[in-house]
Amino acid sequence: MSPADRALQDIPTRAAAESGSGAPLRHLLGIEGMTAAEIVALLDRAESYVAVNQAANKTSDLLAGRTVINLFFETSTRTRTSFELAGKRLGADVINMEVAWSSIKKGETLIDTAMTLNAMHPDVLVVRAPDSGAVQLLAEKVNCAVINAGDGSHEHPTQALLDALTIRRRRGEIAGLKVAISGDVAHSRVARSNIHLLTTLGAEVRVIAPPTLLPSGIERLGVTAYTNMRAGLADCDVVMMLRLQTERMQGSYVPSIREYFRFYGLDYDKLAHAKADALIMHPGPMNRGVEIDSVVADDIDRSAIREQVEMGVAVRMGVLDALTRQAPTRATTGDLDGSIGA
Amino acid sequence: MSLHAKPAGTAKVAYTNARLLDPASGLDARGGVLVDGNRIVEVGAGLFRDGVPPDAQEVDCAGLCLAPGLVDMRAQLGEPGREHKETISSAGRAAASAGITSIACLPNTDPVIDDVAGLEFVARRARETKLVKVYAYGALTRGCAGEQMTEIGLLSEAGAVGFTDGDRAVANAQTLRRCLAYASVFDTVILQHPLEPTLATGVMNGGALATRLGLSGSPAMAELIQLERDLRLVEMTGGRYHASLISTGAAVEAIRQAKANGLRVTCDTAPHYFTLTEDAVGDYRTFAKVNPPLRGAADRQAIVAGLADGTIDAVVSDHNPQDQDSKRLPFTAAEYGIAGLETLFALSLDLVHAGQLELLDLLAGLTYKPADILGRDAGRLAAGGPADMILFDPERAWTIDPDSFLGKCKNAPFDAWPARGRVVRTVVDGRTIYAETPAPAAA
Repeated sequence: MSPADRALQDIPTRAAAESGSGAPLRHLLGIEGMTAAEIVALLDRAESYVAVNQAANKTSDLLAGRTVINLFFETSTRTRTSFELAGKRLGADVINMEVAWSSIKKGETLIDTAMTLNAMHPDVLVVRAPDSGAVQLLAEKVNCAVINAGDGSHEHPTQALLDALTIRRRRGEIAGLKVAISGDVAHSRVARSNIHLLTTLGAEVRVIAPPTLLPSGIERLGVTAYTNMRAGLADCDVVMMLRLQTERMQGSYVPSIREYFRFYGLDYDKLAHAKADALIMHPGPMNRGVEIDSVVADDIDRSAIREQVEMGVAVRMGVLDALTRQAPTRATTGDLDGSIGA
Repeated sequence: MSLHAKPAGTAKVAYTNARLLDPASGLDARGGVLVDGNRIVEVGAGLFRDGVPPDAQEVDCAGLCLAPGLVDMRAQLGEPGREHKETISSAGRAAASAGITSIACLPNTDPVIDDVAGLEFVARRARETKLVKVYAYGALTRGCAGEQMTEIGLLSEAGAVGFTDGDRAVANAQTLRRCLAYASVFDTVILQHPLEPTLATGVMNGGALATRLGLSGSPAMAELIQLERDLRLVEMTGGRYHASLISTGAAVEAIRQAKANGLRVTCDTAPHYFTLTEDAVGDYRTFAKVNPPLRGAADRQAIVAGLADGTIDAVVSDHNPQDQDSKRLPFTAAEYGIAGLETLFALSLDLVHAGQLELLDLLAGLTYKPADILGRDAGRLAAGGPADMILFDPERAWTIDPDSFLGKCKNAPFDAWPARGRVVRTVVDGRTIYAETPAPAAA
């Protein structure tokens, strides 16, 4: 073996570096590399919070005295609110920070920001950033738990978990289901996290998009790609629609919204190719009349879109719970407290 | 040269007991070299059989390899404009320690080297530094903007060794056509970084890994498309064309064909393209972010094959120093580049140790072939030629440690890489500018 081959083998892959089954979860940076058991454990924990959220008194003191910082470099309403509620319902002190990514690029660097926040001893950082890999980079520089709330086109693990929880509650079992993920796969972190999660739990995953929105080599993630929506939807149990992310698109990917809707928008006509009781999902925010017909989105019998939002809070409570339980206690973390720790 | 008097009392030096390696003549034999001042006087197997001339100082090479100094035809040296990342002086020390005796530096500096004053600035800084020889390319178009041709004739007279827009391809076919045609009058070479700019918009190699990481990908085809168009323009104009940093198997094949068809075409690659694949990006490792991007395993093998059969003429360091502020960033925001001077030779020798390339063939790509492309008298162990030489131990094992680089920046993805083969002495114009000391010398 040449030194080149040897060194190539030594380069750790993401999965090898983080899957370490049995080891407590330190961060939640992505679904990729997690084992089925780890995913199911998180889903089970989240499930226990569903009832809490439906009760009159929703708060506990599980995270009392803990600090959660929502650090968002991209504007977000639903994800940030969902994390904020989750933290507050668990009794944590929650701070929201919205920072313009442009200021990160020209002034203080991402790492400076991470170090600054780290010095304030938060227990959990919830981070969203427009660049793939940025949350992981930040996680390397802090000693609190980090939750990826979406990084570029890479991963959005809590979205995949809440989607899985929604499907599991409706269908009982994820293994064996046929799931179609349809729309702007190229730019979607939701698609990637869902692909990793659903294939790990044994679902058959298809992606549907025009060739311009199918990233190259997507089949290597264990999915089947379709460019014809009707063919892709055939016999599916779940239809996940993705938002057309015009803000991430440079250049022409589709000729017009109207043409996109005609061939890739979910309406009853195309939906008829899926199973009669196929579940309709969308991570939001929806572009009505672009990737999904309004009537379909609002169909109370078929659409799980509102339930996804509800499961979002439970999943984020479960994840916060899991990460803070397994994280070292405050006394053993930062340098300043070192003398108190064991 | 007249500014510098010959160093007193060191006129003749006899390098004895060496394994002589001269790729230009195919020489691989035990022998010695006699140097007088800045020139080689004699090279030969039995040269000092009857003893060293009485007026010569003897350097006993102890059986190590004596070869022409390495000629690196592609590096960014930081001057002018990016002195915080590298200077001609810091790069010179780094190069000397790695056996490089001549460097051709790119013109995409700040400001761009597109006039005679810019060339003279580089020449003056190199003279002041007095380490390795620094050649400069002129920009092919003003400001490297791809539109208006620079003063190719005047710049050639002032010493430009070739013309290129650095890490940008000249996209406009008419502009490149005219540049190739016009430059042929001065028999100078035009270097192109062949990536079709509207296709090569990603930050890493296009494919499954980029998709998994959620990073934008540049398709391998972007290289072939630009190259094939350029080769047609070479055919039209009869110009002399050099493709820089070939990274794909398809491009190697296109060059192979073009050479077979008699076009005046040469090309180079850098060690990272035959050493690493896109897998080195691993988990958003910005040190593995280069332009063109690292490709797949088949491409890497095709690059090795291209070197072995001579399709690829030269191996370059592609030295592109980047400081921490430019690399400790999210992958998309990080700068491209690897600091390559100090690992050029060691990584290249891996190919020899792995049995993929003959030592003389490798040395050819690091010495006389790039010198010939640039029209410089360098890269040979030949009587009458400049005494630019290196002494190296091809077997010495060591471990690459970027933190110990002499250059200003440490951006290299070869941390803890097991290397075999090390330069112990570097001689430029008869002067020893680097000699390994028992304890590593402080910078």
